[in-house]
Amino acid sequence: MTDAHTTGTHGTGPFIAAIDQGTTSSRCIVFDKDGRIVSVDQKEHEQIFPKPGWVEHDATEIWENVQEVVAGAIVKAGITSADVKAIGITNQRETTLLWDKNTGEPVHNALVWQDTRTDALCKELGRNVGQDRFRRETGLPLASYFAGPKVRWLLDNVEGLRERAERGDILFGTMDSWVIWNLTGGTDGGVHVTDVTNASRTLLMNLHRMEWDEKILSSIGIPAEVLPEIRSSAEVYGHAKGGILDGVPVASALGDQQAALFGQTCFAEGEAKSTYGTGTFMLMNTGGTPVNSYNGLLTTVGYQIGDKPPVYALEGSIAVTGSLVQWMRDQMGLIKSAAEIETLASSVEDNGGAYFVPAFSGLFAPYWRPDARGVITGLTRYVTKAHIARAVLEATAWQTREISDAMTKDSGVELTALKVDGGMTSNNLLMQTLADFLDAPVVRPMVAETTCLGAAYAAGLAVGFWPDTDALRANWRRAAEWTPRMDADTRAREYKSWLKAVERTMGWVEDEES
Amino acid sequence: MAKNIQSLERAAAMLRLLAGGERRLGLSDIASSLGLAKGTAHGILRTLQLEGFVEQDAASGRYQLGAELLRLGNSYLDVHELRARALVWTDDLARSSGESVHLGVLHQHGVLIVHHVFRPDDSRQVLEVGAMQPLHSTALGKVLSAYDPVAHSEVMEAERRSFTGRTVTEADAFESMLDLIRAQGWAADAEETWEGVAAVAAPVHDRRRMPVGAVAVTGAVERVAPGGTLRPELIAAVRDCARAVSRDLGAGRF
Repeated sequence: MTDAHTTGTHGTGPFIAAIDQGTTSSRCIVFDKDGRIVSVDQKEHEQIFPKPGWVEHDATEIWENVQEVVAGAIVKAGITSADVKAIGITNQRETTLLWDKNTGEPVHNALVWQDTRTDALCKELGRNVGQDRFRRETGLPLASYFAGPKVRWLLDNVEGLRERAERGDILFGTMDSWVIWNLTGGTDGGVHVTDVTNASRTLLMNLHRMEWDEKILSSIGIPAEVLPEIRSSAEVYGHAKGGILDGVPVASALGDQQAALFGQTCFAEGEAKSTYGTGTFMLMNTGGTPVNSYNGLLTTVGYQIGDKPPVYALEGSIAVTGSLVQWMRDQMGLIKSAAEIETLASSVEDNGGAYFVPAFSGLFAPYWRPDARGVITGLTRYVTKAHIARAVLEATAWQTREISDAMTKDSGVELTALKVDGGMTSNNLLMQTLADFLDAPVVRPMVAETTCLGAAYAAGLAVGFWPDTDALRANWRRAAEWTPRMDADTRAREYKSWLKAVERTMGWVEDEES
Repeated sequence: MAKNIQSLERAAAMLRLLAGGERRLGLSDIASSLGLAKGTAHGILRTLQLEGFVEQDAASGRYQLGAELLRLGNSYLDVHELRARALVWTDDLARSSGESVHLGVLHQHGVLIVHHVFRPDDSRQVLEVGAMQPLHSTALGKVLSAYDPVAHSEVMEAERRSFTGRTVTEADAFESMLDLIRAQGWAADAEETWEGVAAVAAPVHDRRRMPVGAVAVTGAVERVAPGGTLRPELIAAVRDCARAVSRDLGAGRF
C-alpha cells in the first residue's frame, strides 16, 4: 500500500480518522472533507491456527496494533487531535471475543469468522428445523461464521467462564465493540456498545426490532449480561480517552462490507456494490424493509444513521474469485503475477468453449451445495491456456450474475448499475466482461478504499462534518465505467453453457466423505 | 568500423567463465584463466558488480553471476501490472487536477492507452482503454519519443502528420522539442493533436530507469493552459504521479 498521497493540495483540515480492523491487518486512514485520502498506516497481525479449521486472533495484539496505526496515520498526516473531528470504526465481521470487564483481559483468543469449530454445534442448534431455525428473526442461516454459536462455544469450553459471565464480569463483543470499549477508556469507563450491522451478524439480534432476541438467547444459551448495547451505525458512542486522539468523538461502527456499501454511497433502494478481493461480497440496498431470501442470500442491516430508521440489505458472497487467479499463478504456474491473467486472457477472443467453475469447497450462494467440487469443462484440442485464463475471469463474472439474479428474484428490484471496488477492479477485461454478463453498467469510484471511507462518512455525519447523505453523494466520483457490449443472444447462449458447467460440479463428494 | 573495445571483450569472457556451471571463482583464478593482471581483472569485475551482472560472496570473496543477468532475459513489464500499480496514483491525480488521466505505452508506432481515469465531474465519458494516440503530437507520445530510443527511431522515420496548425512536423524542430522535454522532464500538447484540447505528460520508469510508459493529464485548453500558459501546479502534479508510479515499480517487485 501507499503511505501518503502527495499530489495536489489537501485543505488544512479538519479531518476524519477511520480505523479498519480487518481479518489480516488493522489500518487507519485519515480523510479530508472531499473524501480524499490524506494518510494511511497499516499493520498485520498474527493468524493463529490451533487445529485444522480453527482460526484465532490475539485481541491484545490487535488493540496494540490499532493504537499504533492510529498514531502512525496521524503523524504521517502531520496533524494533531485538534484537527480530527471524529473517529469511525469498521471491522472484520462476526469475529467473536469475550473479555473481563474488570481487568480488560480477553478470556480467550478471538474466534475468527472463518473458524469452523462450531459446525457441529450449529447442526445441533438447528434441532429438527435445520439451518433456517432462526432465519425469520435474524435473516441468517445457522452457520459457523456467525458470532452467537462462537460465544456459546467459549462459555462451554473456557473453565468457569459461564459462572463469571452470569455474575456480570464478562463482556462479549465483535471487534467493533472491543476497539470502541478500549478507545473510550477500557476498564476506566469504556462504553460497551455495538452497531446494528455488526449485531445483525450474531444470529442473536431480531432484525425487525433491532433488539437482542430473548428466545434465541435462551435457545443458544447466552446470558444477556454479556451483551453490548445495540446502537445505530452513526452516532457519538463516547470520546477517546488517552492516546494520540484523546477527547475525539468515537462516532461510527459498521461491518466491513456494510461500510463499503456506505462508502460507495449506495443510499437508494436497488443500489448495489460488489467488492472483488480473494472472495467477493455483493450487497444490495433494499430500503426500509428486510427482504426474506428464498434464493440463498442473507438478509442483513445495511446501516442506520442516528435515530433514523434502519436500512436493510441483501448479501451474497462468492468464495473464490481473486483466489482463483492466485491459484492459476501459484498452483498452476500459468502466470507470474495476478495482473498477467489479463494479458493471457486478452490474447484470445473468447473462451474457446471452456468453462471453469471454481467450486473448490462446494458451491455457495445461491446453490449451497457442499458436495460440489471444481470443474473445467468443454475441453477440446483447440483450447489453450489463454482460453482457460479467459474462463477464469468469466467465472467471477458469471458468479456475480448469479448473485445478482438471486437478488432480483428476492427483492423484485432490477439491478440498474453495479458499483465495484477491490483489487480486481484494475482488471479491465474482467470489468468489461462483468458489464457484458450483467447487461448493466459497471462503475468504479475514484477512491478505492471504500471500506474506510464508509466508516469515515458515517462518523462525519454523526458529528455534522458532512450535513447529509446528499453531500456524500456529491463527493462520489466516477473513475471509470464499463458499458455492456455483448449482444443478447450471445449472452443467453453463454449463460446456458455456464449453468451446464455448474451442474457438472454437483454430487462429486459422496456422503460424509469430506 | 572501429576496432573492438577490449574491456568489453574481457568482461564478456569473464561472464562466460562464471557461467560455466554452478561455480564461484576467486579473483586470481579469473585473472589467470583469462591471462589478465589481477588489477585489470579486478577493475572489470567491480564494474560488472556495480551493474549487478556479478555478485561477490561476502564470506569467501569469490565471484558468481548476478541476478541482473536473469532479469535481462525476463525484463518485459506487463502493461496490466503497470495499470495495477498506477491505479491509486492516477485516481488521485484525476481528483486533484479535476481532469482526465491517461496512462500510455509504446505500441506499434503509436501510444496505446492502457488506463484511463474519468474527469471527476460526473459527465458522460467513454472509457478509452485500448485506443491509440499518435507519437509525434500528443503529450504521451512526445514523452515516450524523448525517453524511449525505440519510440524515438520510430517517430523520426514515420510521416509526422499535421493535425492542427500547431503540430510540429519538421524533423529539426521536432528534435529540439524532444531535447527540451528531456531537459525539463515533461511534455505538453497545446492543441497540437485536437483543437481545444491540451495535455501534460511525464515519463514512468521501472527499477532500472527504463522508460516503460507515460502518464498524462488532458483537458480543455482553457482550463489546462489558461491564457496560453500551462498551469504550473498541473505540471507538478503529473510529475509527482509519474514518480510515485515509478517508485512503486522499483520497490516491491521482489
